[in-house]
Amino acid sequence: MKKSGSPLAQARGLGSAKAGLEHWKAQRLTAIAMIPLMLWFVSSLISLTGAGHADVVAWFAAPFNAIGSVLLLGTMFYHANLGLQVVVEDYVHHEGAKITLLVAIRFLALVLGAATIFAVLKMAFAG
Amino acid sequence: MAEFRLPKNSRIRKGKHFPAKGATNVRRFAVYRYDPDSGENPRVDTYEVDVDNCGPMVLDALIKIKNEIDPTLTFRRSCREGICGSCAMNIDGGNTLACTRAITEVKGDVKIYPLPHMPVVKDLVPDLTNFYAQYASIKPWLQTRTPPPPDRERLQSKEDQELINEPSACILCACCSTSCPSYWWNSDRYLGPAALLAAYRWLVDTRDEATGERLDELEDPFRLYRCHTIMNCTQACPKDLNPAKAIAETKKMLVSRRY
Repeated sequence: MKKSGSPLAQARGLGSAKAGLEHWKAQRLTAIAMIPLMLWFVSSLISLTGAGHADVVAWFAAPFNAIGSVLLLGTMFYHANLGLQVVVEDYVHHEGAKITLLVAIRFLALVLGAATIFAVLKMAFAG
Repeated sequence: MAEFRLPKNSRIRKGKHFPAKGATNVRRFAVYRYDPDSGENPRVDTYEVDVDNCGPMVLDALIKIKNEIDPTLTFRRSCREGICGSCAMNIDGGNTLACTRAITEVKGDVKIYPLPHMPVVKDLVPDLTNFYAQYASIKPWLQTRTPPPPDRERLQSKEDQELINEPSACILCACCSTSCPSYWWNSDRYLGPAALLAAYRWLVDTRDEATGERLDELEDPFRLYRCHTIMNCTQACPKDLNPAKAIAETKKMLVSRRY
């Protein structure tokens, strides 16, 4: 919502949201966390090149690999959510479209995160 | 959505050409022209200037053009020595002060436009109303609880003064804020590097006793956190100040008061 009035009234707007620090911090921490997680995960997948279905499932079923994969997926979709939110806030200025997109991004991140983590857990526990 | 093309009535057309007759050392100045009263689109006029009979700076050429070639050309200027900030404009693709940019620093035609992404009042004069209102909104004055000593000023150590030396040197020319893409898209809510540098100047002033309230006012996804460390601000600053660093320090202060 845009506030009308004098130039100062517009500049002061609806006041400070007293938020934004947590978002900024989380985006940076998840980025840092993903450096080792991504290096480990991608190099592991490369080393699995040519392996059969059972080998891959067995890799995911190992506790270290299962926990690492779940951590990576959670971090990744959280980070993607935070990053896309910034893109929408930067470029989408229609209030309705902005809110719709922000909610859609949050839902999509949650659904994809849940689905991929479930897939790992299924391999870990059900084989 | 963000607009990636200028609105129809802002698209720039080719303008007039003013040749310099009889001059041997000629530089061409391509200058953005817009007159709101004419109802016409903006245009770029080309002026040929005899630089043998002109001062060394871009502002000297603009003044020569206005005096001798085309009196309708409109621009702001005052001190002509880089301390008032009036002649901030986009020269050769970068925001700077016309009075401190030498003509010889520019290769080829000297292209001169108003500060980017601001409403244009006329020619090279941008409307800085919102920019100044944002500066006022950060309360750029000393706020204290302790009454001043009855017999003298509030004294400061040399080290304390050094903290505010650099951010105090800002002349509010708006080169930084209008070079910032984040400010282009969200200047209605993002304070921009100039206002944030000014805010930082009061955050680190050891005499000021409203640091907490100031940080409260800044902690906002748009006011402060629209800064994506693009750092055009620091590159543009004609006073060699570092607004990007001031913003980063402000973010660090917000973190440090949480833990």
